[in-house]
Amino acid sequence: MTSFRFAVNVTPKPGILDPAGRAVEGGLGHLGLDGIHDVRIGRRAELTVDAVDEATARGIVERLASELLSNPLIEVFAVERLGAASSATSPAAVTAGEG
Amino acid sequence: MPVRIGVVVFPGSNCDRDTVHALALAGAEPVALWHEQATLEGVAAVVLPGGFAYGDYVRAGVIARFSPVMRAVSAFAADGGLVLGICNGFQVLAEAGLVPGALLRNASLRFAGQEVAIAAERLDTPFTHALARSGLLRMPVAHGEGRFYADEATLDALERDGQVLFRYVSPAGDPAGPDDPGNPNGSLRAIAGVMNAAGNVAGLMPHPERASEAILGSDDGFAIIRSLVESAARAATEPGPTAVAAGSR
Repeated sequence: MTSFRFAVNVTPKPGILDPAGRAVEGGLGHLGLDGIHDVRIGRRAELTVDAVDEATARGIVERLASELLSNPLIEVFAVERLGAASSATSPAAVTAGEG
Repeated sequence: MPVRIGVVVFPGSNCDRDTVHALALAGAEPVALWHEQATLEGVAAVVLPGGFAYGDYVRAGVIARFSPVMRAVSAFAADGGLVLGICNGFQVLAEAGLVPGALLRNASLRFAGQEVAIAAERLDTPFTHALARSGLLRMPVAHGEGRFYADEATLDALERDGQVLFRYVSPAGDPAGPDDPGNPNGSLRAIAGVMNAAGNVAGLMPHPERASEAILGSDDGFAIIRSLVESAARAATEPGPTAVAAGSR
């Protein structure tokens, strides 16, 4: 088994009203920032999966992302691979991978 | 013998006792069902109460959806069993795909804790048959994520098939648009409650159990509780399909 580190980025589907994004846009003037628009606020999960290979690990992450971390009616997700694969038998390496 | 109605208790449920109280007032024998149990103890109907199941982390209702009791509730619903979700219970049903749509963050970004007026679209369902013919129903809402959302095609289908059960309305009784003060969360088409296509599973954001006695300021919600209890009693004595198929009005 090898440990694989992933991130899952979840954002509101295009076209869905994102009141949090609007609130951020509303605050931009107070920051003195210009030229920013279409702010969309989402969430990000980072996690480690132990699996025989990266494709298997990615499959597990995609299931988690589609069934729990995102709701396909209202959100889209993207899976991102983080860092290099590290051996699960080497705790130091796993820790480093999580850093 | 009073009909037994289950009230699911998730960690974070906080309207379970109010719901138990209202069901008992309506003549039922409420049965608390812990989220880790995999059976429903033979109840004739199930209520998913309000609260913040599992802290509402990630999205309201999504973690509750994977609990053992929800597997049993899904099987019960698939068999035609009566299920009512109130507030957080509605969010759990939506996340589980047992009712259509999703409940998004309130458009205002503020927690909505206020009295609202809703109107039932149908009076021929297991959840609304005891309602008086006319008028507005006043009851509280208390939620941060209650903005009903579905895509346009789904909204059209829900209206066509009679699956819209309740709408937020203005004092004049008209549907309260997303920017109307009568619509507490910006719900599309003012939808406050929906049913599944089979008509045996319903969810709503307002709290009928908190408006079930005059001393609470309104007892307009009690007819919804009474509808469920009467429908469950019928289901218990006459096994077989009890649901009113959506679209049969």
